[in-house]
Amino acid sequence: MTNLNTSIIYEETIPGASHWSMVVPAGHTLTLTDPEGGSNVSMLFYNPNNLLERYNAPDTLKCQHTFKLTKGHCLYSDMGRIFCSVIVDDTQWIDSVGGVANKQKVETKWGARNYQADRNAWLQNGYDSLLVEVAKYGLGKRDLAANINIFSKVKTNDEGSLSFVEGHSKAGDQVQLRFEMDTLVVLTTCPHPMNPATEYPNLPTELSLTKSAPINDDDECLTSCDENGRGFENNRRYQCNHSHHHTSPTLSGAQ
Amino acid sequence: MIIESTLKAEQAIRRDVVPAGDYYMKVVKAGETLRILDIEGNQAADTLFYNANDPSERYSAMDTIREQGNVYLTAGTKLLSNDGNVMLEITADTCGRHDTLGGACATESNTVRYAIEKKCMHACRDSWLLAVAENPQYGLSKRDITHNINFFMNVPVDADGGLSFADGISGAGKYVEMKAAMDVIVLLSNCPQLNNPCNAYNPTPVEMIVWN
Repeated sequence: MTNLNTSIIYEETIPGASHWSMVVPAGHTLTLTDPEGGSNVSMLFYNPNNLLERYNAPDTLKCQHTFKLTKGHCLYSDMGRIFCSVIVDDTQWIDSVGGVANKQKVETKWGARNYQADRNAWLQNGYDSLLVEVAKYGLGKRDLAANINIFSKVKTNDEGSLSFVEGHSKAGDQVQLRFEMDTLVVLTTCPHPMNPATEYPNLPTELSLTKSAPINDDDECLTSCDENGRGFENNRRYQCNHSHHHTSPTLSGAQ
Repeated sequence: MIIESTLKAEQAIRRDVVPAGDYYMKVVKAGETLRILDIEGNQAADTLFYNANDPSERYSAMDTIREQGNVYLTAGTKLLSNDGNVMLEITADTCGRHDTLGGACATESNTVRYAIEKKCMHACRDSWLLAVAENPQYGLSKRDITHNINFFMNVPVDADGGLSFADGISGAGKYVEMKAAMDVIVLLSNCPQLNNPCNAYNPTPVEMIVWN
């Protein structure tokens, strides 16, 4: 394994109520750390070479037969390819359905957005935050797909009722995303729309970028289901890689 | 929740049978009621809605399930837009549960789900792309093809975070009905999927019936 501490390309802290984006090249790993506990990072993914290719929540969930996302899962584009693999998830559950809060929701729950009074501690909402960030790439409202919420957990009961799990992410918890193709990552640290906190949770997140370790044949994300083997095969074909880091995937299988 | 309709088919203003593998793209006006009828049973009706007066406002699965606090759609569900507005409300449902997590099949996702060599089989997202190409008056394109409803599909989620494609709970003659709260473009792909046992590998027609 690469010593991640000596190979950090950059690290930074994203304050709460903020948005950012970056292109992460294939072969790099993004580590997110929740420094205080209780953070939320809403994230979207696009192919920087074809912005019409974007994260697809239903494709991701159904091909891995999962509602939660965690270590061992891959995050898919709508084109059958893997943007990134979840190789570390200390929280054991990344929310796949909660979406983001809009301005009205934040105002109802926590109060009105007022930069004049609050400066950068304003009560920003995740929807507007993502909208501003995707606009930097020529994207808009029509391009905001269903996002993931890292460090947050929304579970169901047997009747399908949804509930937000409080205190899910602990101080120091990390999530690592290993990028399998060049990816535009768009994120906001605005609070989860189902967070029942009485005061607006303004919580930072730390990011660091490193080179990924080589992918072995027994890689957990590659081998966790036959579907992921085929997803990696689609990436291999897209990237025109002759030799790949793993043995031939199962090209077909039972549904 | 099973609620039967009191509407009579002979009083409808419009009836269209949509064969499997075809699409339906028409406007249903505010106040009108749309019924989707599963004619032969266990068909998947992959459906998207757009505000006919501003299609950048569209059905949002995330907002709909979060605000109702439940992942399944049935009678009483308000189908919300990305702006948080009610687009339609489900007023009758003889199936009892509909999915909005599983999305729609695509040639590319079929390579992942079933086999790389299945890539050229017809799929819902191709039907939608043909629909928006053949109906340029709506101004839609691939970027508008978002996260849909699968009427008549049964996709249970469990408390441990699992998700499965269970045998259908729909049957011949079951239907779901919804009343439009705004003028909506209804974009439906009647699913052509031949690789999934959920429809017994036999995709069948649905009927779209509209009352004013």
